[in-house]
Amino acid sequence: MFYDIGLTVDYDYTAASDRSRTLVRLMPADIPGEQRLVSQSLDIQPRPDERREGRDFFGNRTTMAVWHGPISSLRFQLALQIERLATPDRADLSPTLRELPAALALETGLDPLSPHHFRGPSPRVPEVPAISDFARDTVRDAMTVRQAIETLGHALHEEMRFDSAATSVETGPEQAFEQRSGVCQDFAQVMIAGLRALGIPAGYVSGFLRTTPPPGQPRLEGADAMHAWIRAWTGPATGWIEFDPTNDQAAGQDYVTIARGRDYLDVAPVRGALRSAGGQDSRHAVDMVPLDEEA
Amino acid sequence: MPPAVSQQGPDLFADYHRLPGVADELFDADGQMRPVWRRFVDRFAKLSPTEIATRFERGNNYLRDAGVYFRQYSNEPGAERDWPLSHVPVILHDSEWEEICAGLSQRADLLERVVADLYGPGKLVRDGHLPASLIARSPQWLRPMVGVTPADGHYLHLLAFEIGRSPDGSWLVLGDRLEAPSGAGFALENRMATGRIFPERFPRAYIHRLAGFFHDFRSQMHRLAQAEGRADGQSAILTPGPSNDTYYEHTYIARYLGMLLLEGEDLLVENGELKVRTIEGPQPIGALWRRIDAAFADPLELNADSHIGTPGLIEAVRQGNLSMVNALGAGVLELRAMMAFLPRISEVLTGKKLALPNIATWWCGGEAERKHVLSKAEKMLIGPALTPALPFDVTARTALGGRFAGGAEGELRDWIEANATDLVGQEAVALSTTPAWVTEPGETLAEGRMEPRPMTIRVIAARTPKGWRFMKGGYARIGHSGDATALAMQKGGSVADVWIVSDKQVPKYTMVPEGNAPFRRATPGVVPARAADNLFWLGRYVERTEDAIRLIRAYHLRLATTDNPADPLLRRLRAFLGGYGIDLGKPVPDALIERITMAQACAAKVRDRFSVDGWAALSDLHKTAAHTLRNVEPGDDAAKAMFVLVRKITGFSGLVQDNMYRFQGWRFLSLGRALERADALAALLHGLSDADAPDGALDLAVEVADCVITHRRRYAVETSRDTVVDLLALDADNPRSILFQVQALREQAAALPGAMEHGRLAALSRAIVPIEAFLSVATPDHLTPRALLRLRGDLGEISNLITTAYLR
Repeated sequence: MFYDIGLTVDYDYTAASDRSRTLVRLMPADIPGEQRLVSQSLDIQPRPDERREGRDFFGNRTTMAVWHGPISSLRFQLALQIERLATPDRADLSPTLRELPAALALETGLDPLSPHHFRGPSPRVPEVPAISDFARDTVRDAMTVRQAIETLGHALHEEMRFDSAATSVETGPEQAFEQRSGVCQDFAQVMIAGLRALGIPAGYVSGFLRTTPPPGQPRLEGADAMHAWIRAWTGPATGWIEFDPTNDQAAGQDYVTIARGRDYLDVAPVRGALRSAGGQDSRHAVDMVPLDEEA
Repeated sequence: MPPAVSQQGPDLFADYHRLPGVADELFDADGQMRPVWRRFVDRFAKLSPTEIATRFERGNNYLRDAGVYFRQYSNEPGAERDWPLSHVPVILHDSEWEEICAGLSQRADLLERVVADLYGPGKLVRDGHLPASLIARSPQWLRPMVGVTPADGHYLHLLAFEIGRSPDGSWLVLGDRLEAPSGAGFALENRMATGRIFPERFPRAYIHRLAGFFHDFRSQMHRLAQAEGRADGQSAILTPGPSNDTYYEHTYIARYLGMLLLEGEDLLVENGELKVRTIEGPQPIGALWRRIDAAFADPLELNADSHIGTPGLIEAVRQGNLSMVNALGAGVLELRAMMAFLPRISEVLTGKKLALPNIATWWCGGEAERKHVLSKAEKMLIGPALTPALPFDVTARTALGGRFAGGAEGELRDWIEANATDLVGQEAVALSTTPAWVTEPGETLAEGRMEPRPMTIRVIAARTPKGWRFMKGGYARIGHSGDATALAMQKGGSVADVWIVSDKQVPKYTMVPEGNAPFRRATPGVVPARAADNLFWLGRYVERTEDAIRLIRAYHLRLATTDNPADPLLRRLRAFLGGYGIDLGKPVPDALIERITMAQACAAKVRDRFSVDGWAALSDLHKTAAHTLRNVEPGDDAAKAMFVLVRKITGFSGLVQDNMYRFQGWRFLSLGRALERADALAALLHGLSDADAPDGALDLAVEVADCVITHRRRYAVETSRDTVVDLLALDADNPRSILFQVQALREQAAALPGAMEHGRLAALSRAIVPIEAFLSVATPDHLTPRALLRLRGDLGEISNLITTAYLR
């Protein structure tokens, strides 16, 4: 499936800042077997005095942008054509939860795909006892890891309400779970906390979800904004799988990945530090349309 | 002169006994005094308790006068504690010290190889010598630093080791300190203090000096800063700021080494280079000795909530333009659990055992290790694995001798099984004891006695081109109770000097350049914009405080004579002060204390550039205003209190005026004072010299401006609006006139960098000159209330120009 993706992010600063530096993670990467970039551009206005493209530890594409003088607003415009490859349905070869620790013990090394990065607490997803209890009550030891992921994802989808006004980008999983509501970021981080409590390595994915569903299917939550879901490690045979707890489904061909990490902080689309006295205001808009539907 | 050593009196060490089952520094295993202590004991054991107390008090006084303090993290903000010096040094022979350093040198090289691998090829983890799950969970292993090689090829430059002596007399490493090792400055301070306590040529001439170490370390910082063709790169110390517990040490060591002391907001990264914001624009920094934890160093790529870091710092490191002492991420080596793997890694990487072993440690994440810890739980400290805390830093989550330290209930086995990967067991070593002079609460120093106390020693090493250079000395931490099970080292412990003693006299060594190098005057160095900003505002707040004190004094003097708060003049004065937020409901208004606090806060941020006496004067002013005089009565009593405060604050001003070196920073302090005084005078004239002002207002203005006598002498008449305006605004010879202060502004501005642009005055001077011209030719009738208001607006604009041009 080919997609046209457009994203605009705007920031306004109430007081012009002295100098600014932002670290941007907006540009998807080619991922073997999952997605291929056909064309790409990321335009930044005002034009930064320095701009450097790079990769972070997890292999995500980064853009460091620096302005030497004051700026009062910022606009990022991303335009992409990308091919999302089909992920074949595979048999569930994952170990049971009981067998998982032994499988993990065999994994050595610390390359970016190693499950070990995703087992312990991370800056934005600490251990949350209430979520841990919920996760343990939801699954059984005899389940396979994949069953456990789907069971927990379904349970959270039932338990939590999508509410775009209930939380902010700073909200942690503890609060989101306590109020049983939030946006995709909250669903993802709550689920990550739950999976880790079960011993399942789990990480965070930021990306896009097609704006209008295929004919006959309902419109999905979060399609008009940047989306987030989770990935989890299912043992050496099947490795990582991705699941969208906001919509209670596997993250398949309707999803395009921007960045992966342990939690939101690792993939934050625009991490900025501005020497500015005033506050800031931001908006963003997303459009993800299958190419053949444009005509 | 030190008091003569008397030969009478009981032996101070007569009742000192070695505790069973532990080693002692004074006595060896056979109960014989170690020879290295013999001469010290012979010399000082016969001192009378009074003499001992006098000497110890001398050391304490030195520390107090020098302003040495220790900030305690507590609920009370800014709680400072006296430096807890244990006056008796720990003495070691230099041959034993060399053996220790040789072992630590091997360990330092090993640590360098391990950290290089953890941020490079990752072979140790891949081959199973370090558990992947352990490193991945460590908050100190910084993913953004993986693949980043240090500019000069080395990750570690300054290390500290905490060592202790085990019961069999051998030494053990208890912890490696390389995230932001503290203690080098403490060692210096302790040495200065023991110098006062034991000033005699013996022992002084036989103790190895500390200065040589600092000389070599400073040279190394210079080399790092100027490597790779960065000829103008400077080295600096990066501090988290005044709220850090060891901030005093940062200011002290910065002064001692002559290095810039910077905070994160002083720095910026431009085109991949780190620069310090100075009053002369951004200047390059080539090497940073960081005293902040790496996670806080760069909010863009590390802890996003950090307010003490510099965005882009990692970028400067990544591009090879900045050397860090030590590398960001080196802190992963401090993990307690690391101790479990280093001995084996040493054999794997070098084929050699560690000459100086570390405390036996088992990571409970391994099955065999977990079983071992469970079976030996009685003899272990079992606690968090992923902490840099030393073995004896016991928390409630530590099990000792098979029980929880916090008294928590529960089955040890279940706890260990459930939290295995987060736990280590460490052998509960009984540390050696050393003599400490102990007093019970309420006893004087003279009533103390010598008792054995557990101790550890911090050893410090710096990388030089010739290998690791060890400080010949260090500092010892002394437990606060006699219990030798290593537990007493938590809060309440004290520190002692460590003497490395030679059989022969040791050469003198100071920070003065070696050989016949001609004397060269060091350049004053750059003034960071933030330091200048704090000095500017210090000047403003001090002047603002003095102004308020004088006004409040005038009010209470008047109140004392009229005893009528409804008096029109008093009413006018209350309203005038009210405009500044000063409420005279309390004789010492809260707003006044606040001004002093603001001045102190500015001074605290430039303590490395500020005289000890100046700091003491400000603290004294605050104490007097906030505590001593807090409960005075309105009227005469309050007026007297204000007299005291005026004396104290003018004392501070005199100190600054007389003693402060005329470096660029001082100019900002002067600019701040001149600006504030000019503005206060304009406000005073505006508030008290209008046509509707009550009787006596003009006299009051003259009194507040401290010009009563001058006025009488110059005009020999009653005050009139003309005479008062003439004296307080237009008299170029009166330091309390607006014109005088504006002239001072013009002179200071002319001496600042960038005062001229393309042969013409720059914006700041261009703004000052017209004001000076106006005041120079004006007559009193020109200074209408409107003109005074306009003048205040112009002065505010000058403040903004100073800020824009120099202070950010």
